Amino acid sequence: MSDQEKANTATSRAPVSQRGHLVKMPTDGTAIGALVTVSIDGQDVKVPLGSTILEAAKQIGVKIPTLCYHEDLCIAGVCRICVVEVEGQRTLQAACAYPITSPLKIHTHTRKVRQSRRRILDLLLSKHYGECYSCFRNTNCELQTLAAEYGVDFFRFGHPDKPSSELDNSSYSVQRDMNKCILCRRCVRTCIDLQEVGVLEAVHRGDKTRISTFMDKPLAEVVCINCGQCINRCPTAALGAADPTDDVWRDINDPTKHVVIQTAPAPRAAIGECFGLPPGTPLTFEMNSALRAIGFDKVFDTNFTADLTIIEEGTELILRLHKALVEKQQVALPQFTSCSPGWVKYIEHFYPEMLPHMSSAKSPQQMFGSVIKTYYAKLNNIDPASIVTVALMPCSAKKFECNRPEMASSGYKDVDYGLVTRELAQMFKEAGIELPKMPKSDFDDPFGTATGSGVIFGATGGVMEAALRTVIELVSGMKVENLYDHANILPVRGFEGIRYVELTIPKVGPVPELLKTNKHLPFDSWDWLAGATLKVAVAHGTANAKKVLEDIKAGGKLSECHFIEFMACPGGCLGGGGMPIPTSPAIRAARAKAIYAEDAAYEVRKSHENPAVIRLYNEFLTDGPNGHTAHHLLHTTYTPRGKYIT
Amino acid sequence: MSANRKGLVTFSTIDPNAALAAAVAKTRAEIIGEVTASKLKGRGGAGFPTGVKWNLAAAAKGDAKYVICNADEGEPGTFKDRVILAEVPDLVFAGMTIGGIAIGAVKGIIYLRGEYTYLREQLESALAKRRAAGLLGPQVMDKAVAFDIEIRMGSGAYVCGEETALIESLEGQRGEPRNRPPFPVDTGFMGQPTIVNNVETFACVAAIFAKGAAWFASIGTEKSTGPKLFSVSGDCARPGVYEFPLGIMVSELLREVGGENAKAVQIGGASGHCVPSSEFTRTLSYEDVSTGGSVMVFGPQRDMLAVAKNFMEFFVEESCGQCTPCREGNAKLLEGIEMLEEGRCSAAYLDELTKLGEVMQLASKCGLGQSSPNAFLSIVSHFQDELMGRTHGLVR
Ligand SMILES: Cc1cc2nc3c(=O)[nH]c(=O)nc-3n(C[C@H](O)[C@H](O)[C@H](O)COP(=O)(O)O)c2cc1C
Ligand code: SF4
Ligand code: SF4
Ligand code: SF4
Ligand code: SF4
Ligand code: FES
Repeated sequence: MSDQEKANTATSRAPVSQRGHLVKMPTDGTAIGALVTVSIDGQDVKVPLGSTILEAAKQIGVKIPTLCYHEDLCIAGVCRICVVEVEGQRTLQAACAYPITSPLKIHTHTRKVRQSRRRILDLLLSKHYGECYSCFRNTNCELQTLAAEYGVDFFRFGHPDKPSSELDNSSYSVQRDMNKCILCRRCVRTCIDLQEVGVLEAVHRGDKTRISTFMDKPLAEVVCINCGQCINRCPTAALGAADPTDDVWRDINDPTKHVVIQTAPAPRAAIGECFGLPPGTPLTFEMNSALRAIGFDKVFDTNFTADLTIIEEGTELILRLHKALVEKQQVALPQFTSCSPGWVKYIEHFYPEMLPHMSSAKSPQQMFGSVIKTYYAKLNNIDPASIVTVALMPCSAKKFECNRPEMASSGYKDVDYGLVTRELAQMFKEAGIELPKMPKSDFDDPFGTATGSGVIFGATGGVMEAALRTVIELVSGMKVENLYDHANILPVRGFEGIRYVELTIPKVGPVPELLKTNKHLPFDSWDWLAGATLKVAVAHGTANAKKVLEDIKAGGKLSECHFIEFMACPGGCLGGGGMPIPTSPAIRAARAKAIYAEDAAYEVRKSHENPAVIRLYNEFLTDGPNGHTAHHLLHTTYTPRGKYIT
Repeated sequence: MSANRKGLVTFSTIDPNAALAAAVAKTRAEIIGEVTASKLKGRGGAGFPTGVKWNLAAAAKGDAKYVICNADEGEPGTFKDRVILAEVPDLVFAGMTIGGIAIGAVKGIIYLRGEYTYLREQLESALAKRRAAGLLGPQVMDKAVAFDIEIRMGSGAYVCGEETALIESLEGQRGEPRNRPPFPVDTGFMGQPTIVNNVETFACVAAIFAKGAAWFASIGTEKSTGPKLFSVSGDCARPGVYEFPLGIMVSELLREVGGENAKAVQIGGASGHCVPSSEFTRTLSYEDVSTGGSVMVFGPQRDMLAVAKNFMEFFVEESCGQCTPCREGNAKLLEGIEMLEEGRCSAAYLDELTKLGEVMQLASKCGLGQSSPNAFLSIVSHFQDELMGRTHGLVR
């Protein structure tokens, strides 16, 4: 089953009208698996029964334009731009929605087809208020591209000269400009079907149809989890991220400010796409030089705090396990990861009663912010008030996260700006920097040396793999390499929506020094873990998260887990809402490949072996992992929000 | 035509129990064979052969199957289903039960137009009586077949008369048409094989089993068999529900209802076609001017632009707003009519709108958008002088 089909299982809340042919194939089941030959523009092609005309055309390289179709989503068949002529049919048929169940003769560019497409475009443009040159999707807009391809040279049915709705910029993460909306409903399907959040829906009818939130409330006041998946799938600029670029430029140009940037692992595997490179071209070190070139004072690697997160979250897990197994206390297990802010907001809204399962560890982004404004400031004698921390992230939800009021444990706003991949690419372009041609350079000290484990945070399963590498070594005293080839814990990798893995702790070693620095550690040997089987799971996309949580509530298999990784975005961070547009399963797979390749290239690949991390504990977090200082700076609390909006 | 054609002439003579008894004595294949032999075509407007539809649903595999009676009757100018339900509901129930037996469904649903809520109580009590009489329930007429019927209410959206939108609405979603294929006979209510038929279609089925397929097929024309009800309204002396054999000429019908001096007749409701007096020799049949039953008579004094405007306002309001051609197109056509009214629509733009109408017919997702330009297009083509007259300041 493809990701898309999975998103369309019976539990889906998407209306059947928007699930198209995925509901169930017509005609008799005995023929399933059979091939049908259709002719497209005179060319024969054999396709599996039930393929759409669009799929068949792709197979032989015939391009059919689409707007409401998206590879990740169920079929809507509403824009009608993909219509084709099927011999014997009175009307034109939507290629994206028409399942092939018999031999057909199809024509994709007859006069009728071209006239229809052109008029459909004219109709869309007659309602589309926007000027391409002042639009963030300029040169990367599906509507604009089609207008060019179909030779739109005048507005047959007019063109609005003033906006008809106001911009909704209430959200820290997602902005809506419905003047540019073409009602393809990709965002609706993304939110309800892919994410199972259901913030957006079409309201009213006829030409009054609009995409709306519950009772037309501003996005900031509804259950939006800020994942930005809708942004990545919007064909136009109707949806975008709140852009802090101007503020970042201002601070860079302010000589009294010390502006540092931390860069997350996923953007570096994708930013090349904004410069015409194929997905999965890593530009980590070119990006470091470019960041310095545009004026950042220091360039750090978020992987550093990813490693730190592993130590903190891993220690927390061990302490919870000890409480449960040895102290026989009531404690919330499985522990849930907390580094995906979209996931955090999801659970706050939809499963607030399960918040005790959340690790209290902050996300790597926020840990870094507080470490920079405390440890780094002290180390370098810089007034933290003059430090501006920017976070380069793949994620629109990070913009909201850094603005959470509780994220100020350093005494200042821990992270000042969440900048996403697309925005940084824009800054580079503005500065005339051709990123792929930049020389390579390393990250800055004192956080320079990262480990592979930090890098793979960018992919689904990455946090889990990193945590397992560390936990296994810390507990067993053995090298993971001896257990898993090249320390690659393959069972947790992949794109399957939910993955479940059991690992038996082969033997126990001595409790490592790093942990012992925590004076309150309630044990001094691992004996209580001897022979234990660690049960873990990984879920990505909140639709899958929902399945996991429901299973836990129902006392299913996943309720026996000890630790579960959740990522709000399909594919993990590499599919984040701040990543280059477009997105597709193939694009995400290419980015994942780049990330795992980078992991393999690192020498130190385990978080607890990161010398900078060890140094941080030695010099600053002296009461150890989960100790008092760590708790103050690196851990957080959550807000039960509920799903009923007042 | 000598006999009185007003009212439910044939239907009022049919005994629903005799019809059901005749059907339960047959095998499923025989039932479908009988319906096919009658050459009955759907009375809801599209005219799809009922036997073919039932055969597909009978052959489809599913965990459960459903029979849905489309009683949404939303087409402007149509009110014959209401009369059937008010006067001979048992014919419809018997027809649905026969359909259930034919395709192997145990559940029937009547999707009743919201405005017909006042009929609900009497329909429920008619259903209760049938259950008490063993005509519905776990053993229909003491045979090993179960069937029961539930009434569900529509909420006033015209598009919910479209069978897949109707199903969406039944499932609790926004009433929006689905992509077809797959058709309801494969993937209908709850994703299961479903037949959706019009109220009158089910009543015809009962008539067929009471009087025989041959009797039914002998009425009307070769391709359009059986008696048909027409809802006649507008500028005529005797509006109301009439029964005529299919194939009747427009002029004959007009004579019967007292509308001989009509300038045009709108057949098939807002989504139908406007037939001008020069074409009154055309016939009401699936092969010529097809209709679900609505006949609106326009007298000589009628302003055809106002007629077209009225229809377009209806579609602008009733488009579900899902697909581009219908959502935006209807609004553009209405805007064009307003331009014509004000005399500021150029011939070139009218031509542009005509092309747009053709694109809507071709590229819309469902029957609503595919047929909403019909009235506009036929009025423009038959009454161009009257319309453009305003542009030249001749009419005001
Ligand atoms: C916009 C639209 C509205 C419709 N409304 C009705 C209706 O009110 N009643 C009806 O029987 N069929 C209606 N239909 C036709 C149905 O989709 C369907 O074809 C019909 O119920 C099938 O029954 P039949 O084969 O017995 O005619 C409508 C179709 C469209 C496109
Ligand atoms: S959304 Fe696309 S078509 Fe619209 S203004 Fe922006 S670039 Fe142009
Ligand atoms: S950001 Fe995510 S939750 Fe919010 S509207 Fe978009 S898809 Fe839905
Ligand atoms: S906001 Fe974007 S994705 Fe959503 S319907 Fe409008 S154009 Fe489509
Ligand atoms: S044609 Fe009109 S009513 Fe039908 S799906 Fe399209 S917008 Fe909706
Ligand atoms: S892409 Fe097929 S209808 Fe929109």
